Parts: sequence; C-alpha cells; structure tokens
Amino acid sequence: MTAPSTDLPPERHDDGRVSATAAAPGGPSGAAAGPAPGDAFERDVLPAPDGASRSLLRSLLAPHTRRVWAAAVVLLLQQAAVQAGPLLVAFALDRAVPALRAQDSGPLIAVAVAAALCAAASGGLQYLFVRRSARLSQDVLLDLRGRIFRHAQVLSLDFHERYTSGRLISRATTDVESLRELLEEGLEELISVGLSTVYITAMLLYLDWRSGAAALVSAGPLYLLVASFRRRSRRVYGTKSSAIATVIVKFTETVNGIRPVQAFRRERSNEAEFARLNRRHQGVNGDALLEMARYVALSGLVANTAVAVIVLWGAYRVAAGGLPLGVLAASVLYLRRLYDPIDRLGVFLNSYESAAASLGKIAGLLAQRPSVPEPEAPISLPTVAAGRPGRTVTFEDVRFAYRTGGEVLPRLGLTLAAGETTAVVGSTGAGKSTLAKLLARFYDPTEGRVLLDGVDLRELSTAELRRGVVMVTQEAFLFSGTVADNIAIGRPDAGRAEIEQAAKAIGAHDFIAALPDGYDTDVRKRGGRISAGQRQLVAFARALLADPAVLILDEATSSLDIPGERAVQRAMDTVLRGRTSVVIAHRLSTVEIADRVLVMADGRIVEDGPPAALIAGRGRFAELHRVWRDSVG
Amino acid sequence: MRSLLRLWPFVRPVRGRLAAASVVAVVASCISLVIPLVLKWLVDGPVAEGDPGGAWLGGGYLLLLGVAEAGLFGLRRWLVARPLARVEASMREALFRHVQRLPVAFHDRWSSGQILSRATTDLQMLRMFLAFPLTFLLVNSVTILVGCAILLAQQFWLGLVLLAPVLPLMVVCSVFEAKYALAARRALDQVGDLTTVIEESVLGIRVVKGFGRHRSQARAFRQLSHELRATELHKARLLAAIWGAITFLPELAIGAALVLGTVQVAHGGLSAGTLVAFLSTALALRWPVDSIGFLLAMSNEASTATDRYFEVLDEPVADDAPERAPAAAAGETARGRTAGDGGGGLEFAGVEFRYPDAPRDAPPTLRGIDLHVRPGETMALVGTTGSGKTTLTALVPRLYDATAGRITLDGRDLTTFTREEARALVSVAFEEPTLFSATAAENVLMGGEHLQEADLRRALEVAQADGFVDALPDGPGTQVGEQGLSLSGGQRQRLALARAVAGRPRFLILDDPLSALDVHTEAKVEAALRTVLATTTALVVAHRPSTVLLADRVALLSGGRITAVGTHHELLRSHPEYAALMSGASPAAEEARRAEEAPGPADAGETEPVGSPPPAGGVTPRPDGGDTR
Repeated sequence: MTAPSTDLPPERHDDGRVSATAAAPGGPSGAAAGPAPGDAFERDVLPAPDGASRSLLRSLLAPHTRRVWAAAVVLLLQQAAVQAGPLLVAFALDRAVPALRAQDSGPLIAVAVAAALCAAASGGLQYLFVRRSARLSQDVLLDLRGRIFRHAQVLSLDFHERYTSGRLISRATTDVESLRELLEEGLEELISVGLSTVYITAMLLYLDWRSGAAALVSAGPLYLLVASFRRRSRRVYGTKSSAIATVIVKFTETVNGIRPVQAFRRERSNEAEFARLNRRHQGVNGDALLEMARYVALSGLVANTAVAVIVLWGAYRVAAGGLPLGVLAASVLYLRRLYDPIDRLGVFLNSYESAAASLGKIAGLLAQRPSVPEPEAPISLPTVAAGRPGRTVTFEDVRFAYRTGGEVLPRLGLTLAAGETTAVVGSTGAGKSTLAKLLARFYDPTEGRVLLDGVDLRELSTAELRRGVVMVTQEAFLFSGTVADNIAIGRPDAGRAEIEQAAKAIGAHDFIAALPDGYDTDVRKRGGRISAGQRQLVAFARALLADPAVLILDEATSSLDIPGERAVQRAMDTVLRGRTSVVIAHRLSTVEIADRVLVMADGRIVEDGPPAALIAGRGRFAELHRVWRDSVG
Repeated sequence: MRSLLRLWPFVRPVRGRLAAASVVAVVASCISLVIPLVLKWLVDGPVAEGDPGGAWLGGGYLLLLGVAEAGLFGLRRWLVARPLARVEASMREALFRHVQRLPVAFHDRWSSGQILSRATTDLQMLRMFLAFPLTFLLVNSVTILVGCAILLAQQFWLGLVLLAPVLPLMVVCSVFEAKYALAARRALDQVGDLTTVIEESVLGIRVVKGFGRHRSQARAFRQLSHELRATELHKARLLAAIWGAITFLPELAIGAALVLGTVQVAHGGLSAGTLVAFLSTALALRWPVDSIGFLLAMSNEASTATDRYFEVLDEPVADDAPERAPAAAAGETARGRTAGDGGGGLEFAGVEFRYPDAPRDAPPTLRGIDLHVRPGETMALVGTTGSGKTTLTALVPRLYDATAGRITLDGRDLTTFTREEARALVSVAFEEPTLFSATAAENVLMGGEHLQEADLRRALEVAQADGFVDALPDGPGTQVGEQGLSLSGGQRQRLALARAVAGRPRFLILDDPLSALDVHTEAKVEAALRTVLATTTALVVAHRPSTVLLADRVALLSGGRITAVGTHHELLRSHPEYAALMSGASPAAEEARRAEEAPGPADAGETEPVGSPPPAGGVTPRPDGGDTR
C-alpha cells in the first residue's frame, strides 16, 4: 500500500552532517587518542583515559536526560502521525467506500478528520521537535564550549606554551562544530532508523516468517560492513581533525605575524608550506568522503541483492502454492523499505565518528590537569597593616626544574621584607624570570615552598592570590575592547574615575585622551593604534588599579622611553608606596630606586645588598653598573 | 542566494565531475522510482500467473537494477569526493594567499579570529553545499516536476488538489529565506567573535593569569556564546516554522486527495487500484518536497558563508606593480646620487602619512618628514612614546605607503620599486620579535633563499645569539616559535635581530632592537652590531642613550616632523626636548640645568623650536632619580 518514500534519504546531509546521543548503537567509539609514544603535543594527541570521549558525551547529555526523552517522544509521535497515511488509505478503501455506497458518509468524514489531524500533528510536532532538539543541542554546545574555554583558562602556562592557540581554537570551533552536526540531526536519524527497522522487521515476520528470517540473515553481512566502516572512518576522522588543526595553526601564525611575513617576503614559502598542510587535509578529507561512498555502494549492494533473492524465493513459493500472492506483494513493499535506513545509518555513523574523533581530542584537552592547581580548601591571607600594605615574601628551600629535566633554580632560600623594593639583575638564563614566575605562581616549585606572609601560595584561591600578587610582563597584551576595558582588567569593578586616575598616575592619560574616542577607543578599531611603549603603560595602569600587596615587574618597562620609565618609578613611589615589589630589569636606572639588589647567575643569588653598597663594592653589580654608566654616556 | 554564483571560478575546475555526479544522481533516483514498478510488475505478472521463467527474469531485472542503483549512488559520491575536498582546499589556499598579501592596514582592522573562521567554518559550509544541496536541489526539482507530471497525467483534478499547496509554500519559503539569511549571517559573525575571544585569551594568558581574571574572561566568553546560542535558537525557530509548514501543507493536500478520491471511487468514477497508485506516487514525492526546507536552509547558510568569504577576498591587495616606471625615475636617481658610495642613502622628502582608518579630522600621524640618512650612515630615530617612530620605519619596506611626499632608496623613488624589490633591499627587526614555528636556523635565514650556513653563523654572532642557540637541544635545528621551544623575550629579540642582519641588507631598520637585552649582552651586541652598521645604511629607533650611541647621528621625531638632526652630544646640549627624552627630566628642568651649566643662549644648531608639550606633562622629577647620566 505504501509506496517507498525514502529512496533518497540516504543521500541527505552528505558527508557527515549529523549526529549522536549516548544511546548510539553498539556504543560510541572510545577515545580515538590513546596514550602514545613520542611527543603527544607534537602529534596533537593528548592522552585521555579509555572511553573518555564517550563519558564526555554522556556527561554533556546527562543534565538533559529528560529533555532528550521528551524530544524522542515528540519524534515518535510525529513519525506515528506520518506513518498513519497508508493506514488511512486502507481504511478509506475498505470501510469508507462501501459505507458511501450505502449512503453513509460517516467513515469518510472520519477519514477526513483523521487526515487533517494527522497533517496538523505531523506539521506541529515537526515544529516542536526542531525547536526542542535545537534547544537541546545548543545547550550542550554552550556547555561544551564553556568547558573547553574555562579549562583552557585554568591550565597552566607551561601547557599553553606547548599547545598553541591555533589548536585550542580548532578544539573550540571545528571540533565543537562536528558535535553540533551530530546533535542536530542525530536524534532524529537514530530514532527514525531504529523505529522503522523494528516496525518493518516485525511486520515482515508477521506476514511471512521465512522472508523475515531471510531478511534477518542479511543483517549479518550488513553488520560486518557497518563495523568495518566504523573502524575505517574512525581512523580517517582522527587524522582529519589533527590535519585541520595544523592548517589552523599555520593560518593564525601567519596572520598574527603579518609584518615580519611581509617584510621578509615569506609569502611564497609560506604558501608552499600552507599548501602542503592544506593538501594533507584535502587528502584526508577526500578519504573521509570516499569511505562514505564505499559504504553507500557496498551496503546498497548487499541490501538490493537481499531484496532480489528474497523476492525470487517468494515468487517460487507462490508458484509452488506455499505463499499467498497478497502476502508476497506486501512483504516485497516492506522489504524495500527495510533496507532504506542502512544508508542513513552510514551517514549517522559517519558523523558519529567525526564527532567521536573531535570529542576524543576535546577529552584529551579536558583531561589535562593544571600543573598549578587551585587549592581544595583555600586559606585566606592575614590582614595587612594599614601603614605598610606590602607583604613578606619567603622562598623556602625552593628548587625548580622543568619537567623535561633542566634545572633552573637549584635550592634557594630568600626573604623579601614587606614594603621593600627588590631589583633582580643578571644575564639571560640566570633564573630571574623563573623566580618571578614562581612568586606569581605561574609555576609551582619542584621542591620547597613560596610563602606570602607565611602562607603557601598553593593554599590561596586564585582571587586571593591575585589580590596579593600581580605580575606585569614585557608582553603587554591588549584585549579587544576599549582602552578603559583593558585597564579595568586590573580591577573589574573600578569606576571610570579610578581608571583615569590610574592612567594619570602612570603618565598614560595624555596619549589616551588624544585617541579618537579617548578611553572608549577600541584598541582594534579605527585609530586605536597603540605603540609597544604605550601598551606597556596601559599594562602598568592595570597593575596600579589592581593595587596588589606584591607587584612583580618582569622587564615591564623595556619598551618605555626614559620619561615613561620615570613615570613608572614615580607611580611606584607614590601610588604603590609600601607595597612589596620585585623588579626585573636590564636597565640599571630602574635598579637605582630599589632598596635591595639581587644579582643572579646560574640560578643562584651571587650578590645581595643595597644598590649603593654593591656599586661601591668590586663585585659583578659594580662591574655591570660601570658598563651601564659608560653606555648611558 | 546570488552570491553562490561567485563560487563558480573555484567550482569550474571540477565542473565535469560535478555535472557527471548530478546526472548519475538523477539516473539513480529514477532507478529508485523504477524498482517499485518492477516489483509491482513482478507480483502482478509472472508471479500471479505462475510463470517461473518470468519470475527469474523479473528477479534478474531486480538484481540488475539494485546493483545499478547501489553502484550509481556510490559512484556519485566517489565522483565528487576528491573534487569537493579540492574545491574546499583551493578556496582556503586562495584565502591564505590573499590574506598574506593584504596590506598591513587591513590586518590592523580585522581580528585574526574573523579571518580564521572564514577559512574553516565558512568553507566547510560551502563544501557541504556543493556536496549536497547543489546536486539535490536540481535532482529533487526534477523529481518533483516529473512526479507532478505523472500525477496530473494520471488524475488531472486530483493532481491539481495535490499541487494546491505549491503557491503558499513558495510564499512561505521566500519569506523564510529573507529572514533566515539575516540570522545565518549573524550567527557566523558571532562565531568569528567567539574565535577572537578564544584566541586572545590564549595569547594574553599571562595577563589573564597575572591578574587572576579567568572569571571575567570566562564571563565575556559566556556572554558571547549565549548570544550565539540565542541566534542559533532564532534560526531554529525559523527552521521549525518552515519545516512544519512544509510537512503540514502537503500532508493536508494528500488527505484532501484521499477524501475526494474515495468519493470518486465510491461513485465508480475511479478504480481503487488507480487511487492507490496515485497516492503511492504522491507519497514517493514526500521526501523531495520535505527536503526543500533544509536544502534551502543549507543553501542560505552557504550563501552567507560565500559573502563572508568574499568580503576578505574582495579586499584589494597591495598593488605590486611599481607606481611609476623606473625609467621615469632615472633623472631622480641621477639627482639623488651623492658622491662617493654610488647611492643616495635613504631619504625622506615631505613625507606625510595618515592611517587609512584614522578619523578624518585627526591630523596625519606623520606630517612633512624631511630626513636624509647618508649611504653607510646609521641614523637613530628618537621621539616620545607614540610619536610615530615605528610608523615611519614601516614606510621603508612599504608595509604602509606614504600618503604624500617621497621616499628614495639610493636616489630611486620607493614607489618605483615593487614591494618585493623594496623588501629585498630593506631588512627590519621589529619591536615585537615574532618567531615562527620553524627551526631557529630557519627563523634567522627567512630573509633569503640564497643564505648559507656561514650567513647563519655570522648573523647569530652579531646578535650574540650563537651561545644560547648552540645550547638548545638540537642547536640551530631546534624548533622554536608557537609550536616549539619557547624562548625568553631577550632571546627572541636576538633571533629577530639576527634575522634582520642575516641577508646583509642594503638598508637596515632596527626598531628598538636591544630593549629586552641585559646590560652585558647589550654591550656585546652593540659591539658586534657596529661592524654591520659600518657598511649599512641604517635607521635605528632608540629609546635610550646606549642605543642612540650606535648611530652616527640622531633625528628627533616630534609632532609628526623631524625637528632636529645632529649627533647625540650636540642635541643633548642644544635641544631641551631631546635632553629630556634621554634623561627623563622635564624639558623645563633640563633647560634650567643647562642654563646653569652654560650661561648664554644655547646654540640651536640645525634644530627647530619644539612645538609639542613635554611628554611627562610637567611633573617634577624625583630629586634622586632626575638625571641618570
């Protein structure tokens, strides 16, 4: 009765626009990325526990279990309304026609009403389902994006130094996108595939169990086919997701370094390199599409052969008188539809594997533990004396080595008195920045403790830590947004007056006021060009606004001219008076304002004392100072 | 939707395959329609008549058609798989090529996240469009037309009833399209913004961590992703409405046809078999009709993605033909030539520069720069923070083009060089030392293909980078940059300096090249750099005396002009603004000090009066730190 209506659907959402729920048949593929030898970072496969992508998906859907079911029920009802069409035809012909001939229009009216209701229900439920499933999938994506972002923010610097922004972007965009494709249509595909398979198989078994059994036998080769397809496409999608990430990394790097790229005429060699990466992605991309083509052809072949064989067998039985003709006719029509969902299953699996590969990578990222974790039971710092708002810093038997083994700081003990300004000098690699990073808790010491007023930094919450210690680095990064927004990073609840005051204190007010929209100038938009020195001033204004107990300046004045540097020193002497500060600078002009100078070499403190005393002595600092004096002319 | 036509140049190379795939898809769809007919024929004919030979024949046909159908659908995908991956890749490559050549001014305006999202999300969308809606809008339209013809031929009036929803559906679709296009555009733009936030939060991770601002970054991110979600839900509402309509109206029409048909059957105007056949055909058309909703949606998104893609591709690249023919500049060359060295050095004459996106009423960043760096001379460029020093240096390798005036390299007008030529002559060490993901050696030697190992050694020595580079795990072959070992600011700066000097450029531009170096290294680099500078015409942006002393002469940039040129000591004596910049004292205090030291009016020499206010705004210097000299 029902005409085959779904010969085309296999072709829908080509190349993997689709789908999965936790209820995926056969269980979703586990982590595509197992622990692997070699540098996991380089190969873009961070280790994740087995089944991490599956449990990630489960945890994403868990809060929405009821809504998943609700959407499923809506879809079931909708499918029921749609599938009612053939039944109505049967009813109309079997009941309404004879009734009409008997001048009874009751059944026809019933058919008309039922048809109208079915039409309204299938349209209305379709509307409801699209909205519900969109809401569901958007909530899941929102959650996942948020998790990736928040986790990336929590991970420590050493992670970011290796993972690259391009890969992270790739995780949060293309990989999330592939999950979206899975969610948007996955539920629909899965339910309609399962529903029609069950319904039609039952119908077949009921009509003619031999044909039904034969059809069930054909499930064997189909299962093998599906399994092999899953295996193959999992591999392809794993490679594909890494391949696009390398393309993205190259792209971002070039765009962000456009000046040197152009000035050194790198365009051509970049193009060659990009073309290589891009072609690799193109190849894998093509492979993925071909896997699908292979599956569609093979499964179609198996299904159509099975139909032909079963029909022929049925025909023989009819001829032999073992099977009524009408039953064969009905079985044949149902058989045809039985195999329809196979292609759709392929599309579903395809997008499932694509999403699983992406989820595996995301799970690998989320499985990374910050090497500088937040404490479980944070302690708060003792209150500071009003007159002397600095805090005492103690390095207690601190040793620091990179995980790769290179020791940067051999055992070191050091106390910086509250309110004191300490300058740290020494050549590159002497360990100055490491000292600063340990104090700012960008890293944790390999051994020993860093204490702030006697409290281990590891026991402070992030918020408490940053009220205590703020570090200004050489790379004064500005975020999209206005100049005022950028200064307010120091203290988000600061008002405009406080922001301006901070800028004035550091001598940045004049140039900011001269920008097209003053403090409201967008640093990435019209006229918002800000030089390296100006950026450092903005970064300083941030620090002033943050008003920490301990301020660390790591080469933070390198691009300032001398008047700018003076303004910074003035601000430290006035606004930040009484704070403990650690100044790492190559310029000895900065050092002169210090109460104490530490000279570092090979991770050790080799000289320690007030600047005047060291200058007067015969040590390294005196020598440095002499060289510097000469250079200043 | 018209923007989709713009994809043609990229699709052209694969048009054969695409057309073949469409034909294959149409044939396969037709086979799919024929198979049920064969089944009916088999059941009604040979089987019903008990004709075994006919049954074998029917089974054979069925198998043949089945194999053909499966093969053709597979073939369609096989035909387009590689070509579509190629189209996507070639579009991405074209974007990359173009973006690399866009002027720096473009990159100032565009965040890299927005460009990147075009290279990924948008292009994926386009590939999906080419893979599916493009083919199936055609295939399904043909199927629907054929189906309608069959319906009308079978039962004209019932056919008309079935076709009644077409007109309202068309109206609904066009309304939908207009609204959906807007929403799709907004969603893609928001994805771009989101990408930007992610990128910045990683690039600025030290700031985020240094101030403990994870939460506020996360809040900004959350807000943007909530906005994106709202847009996506708006899209879903539109989609749900159109999908509902596309399901409802045809179902209603089928119901109406069923009722009318039943009446006709009851009155004997129609056989039951004919009605079933008619409705079967109608049901067979359901998927092609249903599919129109999402086909339209996908096409719409693809069209938006195309618009976004071409927004970047339509940006004019810096025209690389010289603006004036070299021949026309021959006279100038002769005139600009100075005695001795066979070149005229680097000369700025009345150079004015205004950023293209600067507000109209703002004065140009540089207004009337006159400066002559003699051949072989090293000129230091000094000025307050934000006075335009970096901007001025960016004009020489033509990263920006001067808006007025003339720059000559060895007497030849810069505009008569192609950018390529100009950049081959000029080498720059930027203020921000960017390293690329490559080996240290590759990073240094990126200025020229002809450079040898010896050039690498020499450059590393000049920059005093040989020591630490050799100490890297794989020496100069160590991967550095974003995907490699992270180096300290000073190390990066030295590599950037080595990069600038590696190619022994005719002209060298160093933008505050020693800012991140410690005093010892600085002294060593200075000594080594002197040997390079001795034979090169160089412009060095300097913030402090130690760097200035590398130069033969100093130019002071103030108020968009060069207000003084002279040796360091001359200017220190004669020019209060310069002295203030070099000492940190306010010009007024500097003047007073000088008056004490040398009574009588200072000889201004070639300096001009200074118009701009002092940088530190007249704040009195700290008594103990006022003069560091």
